[in-house]
Amino acid sequence: MMTDLTDLGIAAIRDGVRAGSFSAVEVADAFVVKVARAKALNAFLVETPNHALAAAKDADAARAAGEVLKPLAGVPIGMKDLFCTAGVPTTAGSDILAGFTPTYDSTISQNLWDAGAGMLGKLNMDQFAMGSSNETSAFGNVISPWRRSGGSNADLAPGGSSGGSAVAVSARLCPGATGTDTGGSIRQPAAFTGISGIKPTYGRCSRWGTIAFASSLDQAGPMARDVRDCAIMLAAMAGFDAKDATSLKLDVPKWEHGLSSNLNGLRVGIPKEYRIDGTPEEIDALWQRGIDWLRDAGAEIVDVSLPHTKYALPAYYIIAPAEASSNLARYDGVRYGLRDLPEGAGLQDMYAATRADGFGEEVKRRIMIGTYVLSAGFYDAYFTQASKIRTLIARDFERAFEQCDVILTPTAPSAAFALGEKSDDPLAMYMNDVFTVPSSLAGLPAMSVPGGLDKHGLPLGLHLIGRPLDEQGVLNAGLAIEERAGFVARPEAWW
Amino acid sequence: MSVDTTTVKKIASLARIAITDEDAARIAPELDNILGWIEQLGEVDTSGVEPMTAVIPNTLRLRDDVVDADPLTGGGKRDQLMSNAPQGEHGFFTVPKVIE
Repeated sequence: MMTDLTDLGIAAIRDGVRAGSFSAVEVADAFVVKVARAKALNAFLVETPNHALAAAKDADAARAAGEVLKPLAGVPIGMKDLFCTAGVPTTAGSDILAGFTPTYDSTISQNLWDAGAGMLGKLNMDQFAMGSSNETSAFGNVISPWRRSGGSNADLAPGGSSGGSAVAVSARLCPGATGTDTGGSIRQPAAFTGISGIKPTYGRCSRWGTIAFASSLDQAGPMARDVRDCAIMLAAMAGFDAKDATSLKLDVPKWEHGLSSNLNGLRVGIPKEYRIDGTPEEIDALWQRGIDWLRDAGAEIVDVSLPHTKYALPAYYIIAPAEASSNLARYDGVRYGLRDLPEGAGLQDMYAATRADGFGEEVKRRIMIGTYVLSAGFYDAYFTQASKIRTLIARDFERAFEQCDVILTPTAPSAAFALGEKSDDPLAMYMNDVFTVPSSLAGLPAMSVPGGLDKHGLPLGLHLIGRPLDEQGVLNAGLAIEERAGFVARPEAWW
Repeated sequence: MSVDTTTVKKIASLARIAITDEDAARIAPELDNILGWIEQLGEVDTSGVEPMTAVIPNTLRLRDDVVDADPLTGGGKRDQLMSNAPQGEHGFFTVPKVIE
């Protein structure tokens, strides 16, 4: 019997297409069928089988002509709906972008097409990337393919904001997908669904053509089955772009080539402030297993301190909404997207009606928080203070990295929760990102890799944070964990 | 400090988001709760600390001083820019009358 091609990851597909073990069109066809049958997960907002097939035909033709194949030739991927894609509707999960079809590609999507990848479709997400459960999308919840063991049929949250991306990879609907991470939006959903995901150093991936949430924090990154696949896909996405003022003018390292799980001489920091009261015992136990695995790989374990950790989340909930309130001012019903013009209304009423109708509850909540903290008389007390605390948080990491090379923590304070369980309590929802937000505020590379299952059979992730530009160190420590965790669990198809 | 309905309506107006009295009353305690939680930042001594302006040190670049230096962000794209407009006429975006 032939291998199910949808069981293959990015490296295996790339290598198989190169070797002629199967054609790129066979791969694309197999995933297209899987996507079309997975409507119950609500992971895809738009399916683009023709895009995937066209790229696959190009790959097969290039191979037939004896050409050197591109790095992602024959690999079909999923695209988070935050990235503008030429000729394909792009909504950021919001009604306010109803009818918006970009005439250009984001740098990230263009880089992937240039590397030979094709697109299976646009992936559902929390509206404007604001959420940790994928419940804020205007187009319905994404449902995790995972179920609690013991016969529970409760629909679980896939995490967010890149929930559609996490689900598509975890349910084998695509071998890899793009995500974006502002405070944990790649890493937390990766942990919830048993896959890997990396947020690179701020500035590695261009933000041009990516719908903005909080510009000083937003970074794109790959979500895939394993560390190697993340390294391959990140290399295709990253690179200098003159169209993004904060893009780093640096060559893209050969991360895949540099992969090594031999951690001899590496110092791994364990920050004591990440031991938080009320964290389930299973999370602590997983963290300890991660420590043991890294020690087994040759690393030295050192205790480090990040004293301002507890202030990261509240600082984030000033900085991110403040930037969002400014970025989202562009949605005015004039140039693109929704327009709501009540009978006899003037311009100001049109703005207010359009934004009231088009934005979801969480987006409005954050715009209002941002507007409030930036308003006259409050700016210094809130925004300036938060920006100073951000400096202190970055300094904490700098000092910790004098004693260690990479930091290990859990990715999230719990396994996936049921949909609806936390949606009425914004603060409880925000707490999901308690372990991922500090590294976002400091712009550091960070990744989640699967570590094991909790007592209900749900995935838990381990989180690695590196020095600026040291994606390689993060990937290598991730690889050492991956090899030792032996995580092979996958959701049983019910959809 | 507490956020009341009047404050919520003021913020919503600044943010150009239409809001009913009912919604303002519902949102006030939510925002109050979140802002109350954020208040803890006040306990951190930040004297002598510079607010962060760039998370990764970077220098601002200058591009070549030529027209349409980048074809994607250059000019001459009126029809593309207008293609997603909810309403446009004669190559212009149209809005309700703003001057009587």
